[in-house]
Amino acid sequence: MLKTPPSPLEAAPAPANGRDPQLHQLADLADWRAALTAADQPNQPAITVCGGTGCRVYGSERVCQALQRELAARGDGRPVRVTGCHGFCERGPLVVLHPQRLMYTRVKPEDAAEIAAATVDGGRVLDRLLYTEPQSGARLPYETEVPFYKHQHRLVLDLNGTLDPLSLADYVAAGGYAALAKALALTPAAVIAEVKASGLRGRGGAGFPTGQKWDLCRRQPGDVKYVICNADEGDPGAYMDRSIMEGNPHRVLEGMLIGAYAIGARRGFVYIRNEYPLAVKHLRAAIAQAEARGLLGENILGSGFDFRVSVRLGSGAFVCGEETALMASIEGRVGEPRPRPPYPAEAGLWGKPTNINNVKSWAAVPLILANGADWYAQLGTPTSKGTLIFSVVGKINNTGLVEVPLGISLRRLIFDIGGGIPGGKAFKAAQIGGPSGGCIPAEHLDTSIDYESLTALGAIVGSGGLVVADEDTCMVDFARYFMQFTQEESCGKCVPCRVGTQAMLATLERICAGHGQPGDVDYLLELGEMIKRSSLCGLGQTAPNPVLSTLRYFRAEYDAHILHKRCPAKVCKGLITYAIQPERCSGCQVCLRNCPAGAIHGAKQQIHTIDPAVCTRCGLCQSVCKFDAVTVN
Amino acid sequence: MLLPVGDLYQLIDQEARGEGSVIAALEAVQARCRYLPRAALILAGERFHLPLADVYAVATFYNAFSLKPKGRHCLQVCMGTACHVRGSPRVLERLATRLGVSPGATTRDREFTLETVNCLGACALGPIVVADGEYSGQMTAPKAEMLWKRLTRQAAEAQHA
Ligand SMILES: Cc1cc2nc3c(=O)[nH]c(=O)nc-3n(C[C@H](O)[C@H](O)[C@H](O)COP(=O)(O)O)c2cc1C
Ligand code: SF4
Ligand code: FES
Ligand code: FES
Repeated sequence: MLKTPPSPLEAAPAPANGRDPQLHQLADLADWRAALTAADQPNQPAITVCGGTGCRVYGSERVCQALQRELAARGDGRPVRVTGCHGFCERGPLVVLHPQRLMYTRVKPEDAAEIAAATVDGGRVLDRLLYTEPQSGARLPYETEVPFYKHQHRLVLDLNGTLDPLSLADYVAAGGYAALAKALALTPAAVIAEVKASGLRGRGGAGFPTGQKWDLCRRQPGDVKYVICNADEGDPGAYMDRSIMEGNPHRVLEGMLIGAYAIGARRGFVYIRNEYPLAVKHLRAAIAQAEARGLLGENILGSGFDFRVSVRLGSGAFVCGEETALMASIEGRVGEPRPRPPYPAEAGLWGKPTNINNVKSWAAVPLILANGADWYAQLGTPTSKGTLIFSVVGKINNTGLVEVPLGISLRRLIFDIGGGIPGGKAFKAAQIGGPSGGCIPAEHLDTSIDYESLTALGAIVGSGGLVVADEDTCMVDFARYFMQFTQEESCGKCVPCRVGTQAMLATLERICAGHGQPGDVDYLLELGEMIKRSSLCGLGQTAPNPVLSTLRYFRAEYDAHILHKRCPAKVCKGLITYAIQPERCSGCQVCLRNCPAGAIHGAKQQIHTIDPAVCTRCGLCQSVCKFDAVTVN
Repeated sequence: MLLPVGDLYQLIDQEARGEGSVIAALEAVQARCRYLPRAALILAGERFHLPLADVYAVATFYNAFSLKPKGRHCLQVCMGTACHVRGSPRVLERLATRLGVSPGATTRDREFTLETVNCLGACALGPIVVADGEYSGQMTAPKAEMLWKRLTRQAAEAQHA
């Protein structure tokens, strides 16, 4: 099994700001917001530094400290805020100067002095820190001009780059909790009608209409009901749920409050992966602040509505993202799925009616309530409304988090926003929906991204993970990777999934090792269909998808492996050999000294050779050779 | 880290008194001890009125729990999709060769545990390796080699000190 890091038991969250007022009724909230916005002149200068995981790895915390020191030294009072992920992780650490939204990329702590002297004092733009458009070489100063942002439609992620996630006041000043106030003035049925009219569909995978799900739960008898936020984010290449919780935790809470009010739940849980310490910390802090101000607890804003939320840590099992397994885990049991019906809306947590939604679904709710269902439904296609968030990774220039209206073409997403494929390589496929999803090849790049179109092509919207593969990616190996993941994560409760995924994986491993046999493809197809039809939960029912979809579009690559014993992308170790090109070898001995297997022979100044029987195909020689003399065949 | 039985019980009892489940109690023990000692499973079963078999089932189902003591230092290689397509298998392979353990295992001297994780949220910098909480991005096999050398040197120095 894939192991996870040790459980981060976080320190107690920071106490809420002592000056924040107690909110007893709806009017108190409006008054507080008015006071906050009056004190905070609009267009007041401020600096935000991205504090998302990517930028932190690049050293954004030191950048922030350096900027704070520089500003303090000049007595400049503008705030320097650490925010959540801005989305454009590829160019981090990001520093944005407001109100102009001047964006500096790849900022180092050493740059702080110059930023303060030139830009803060002198109003001059530092060209060398600007984003450079790769094609034209043009330097673009403002966030809004950069193609990565220009073609997006950031609704759920809009405040991620401006808010201090640890400040309730920041969120309220930006209009936060106004949607809750609006909802509390409506009847629960009217709130549900609004969510239904917006056309919002679940963003956790299946795409079930959210309003309809709430309605089902509300209609159940009984007064103990629960709401759950599914923040297990198991897709091994996606991090948008994490970024929302890290960057804007109050919006998730506000969505849950509105949902709980509509459904009639007084208790909520956020089930969050324990690999996400920062998200856990920010969410716990947000809960403490909301409790301290009266936005969580009893008689919220004088409405008579009570609601409390607790955080539960997931202990590292992909299957716990499945709703029935997740509830078993909250109850303290082994996280195995159970057959449905009964659905969670009928009998969920501790047998009570329960409504479970994904982080992105909850976070969209305040926007819908605040701006109206019509506003939200303007975006998208007739059957898929609003925006989707993708984490776009892999062989792509602009790795990051992207929010686009449903219905946008894959081509726009990958080439206009994602900036295309690095190194001038050719696009091969986009794998959408993680281990349950499928790939979309170049000939379908103009497909509209919506639930129905993707399903027709054998992929799914799923989690929103989008991995780009280029000509150097072996699709058989890619399918094997996902099959290995699902096989390891299969809980083992039902036979088709437990045994079937093992059989599929073994076949794929054999093919990649060069021992494929004619008939393997038919076997994979038959097994895949059988597993899909007969597995108990969504994990098994979708596990064969990556294999089936690569078979559908890249059959020739499978045939090359099986029939011709060739890996066209030169990835599968059993099918490649390393060799030294004599005309390029200078006899420098660097490869010989580095080879961990001792497979390279040759005296100094003499042409070297690799012994294929000893070579482990680790590729180290190729990476150390300065003369490009090592080739793969 | 080995804890006296009384301390173990206290950790478990604390969760049981709150609204925590047996999972939360085991998480607390895992966080303190870096593994689940036998005694903790027995104590948790008694405190939560569960058969030992049920506690064992939970302890072996979830990836976050380990029944064997982990090493002093933890090396995690991200095997998420983004890191995979950018070459994390080679990084993992190099570390496994150098440490002489397979992923998930601990070196015999209990200095290092080599683990794999899924997406750490820093895909733009993949492949990612985390050594005791410190992230290194854009890893390659040669960079993994350097990291391993540095860590073993530090570990040796710490032993002398
Ligand atoms: C194996 C498996 C893993 C899942 N993982 C997640 C997950 O990580 N996050 C999530 O929100 N939903 C996940 N789901 C979907 C949930 O079961 C459920 O449909 C979803 O949380 C409902 O929320 P929504 O209506 O807002 O999409 C998973 C489903 C399966 C079968
Ligand atoms: S389909 Fe797989 S993961 Fe789901 S219940 Fe069956 S064995 Fe478990
Ligand atoms: S982490 Fe900084 S932009 Fe994503
Ligand atoms: S896949 Fe490795 S950090 Fe995301």
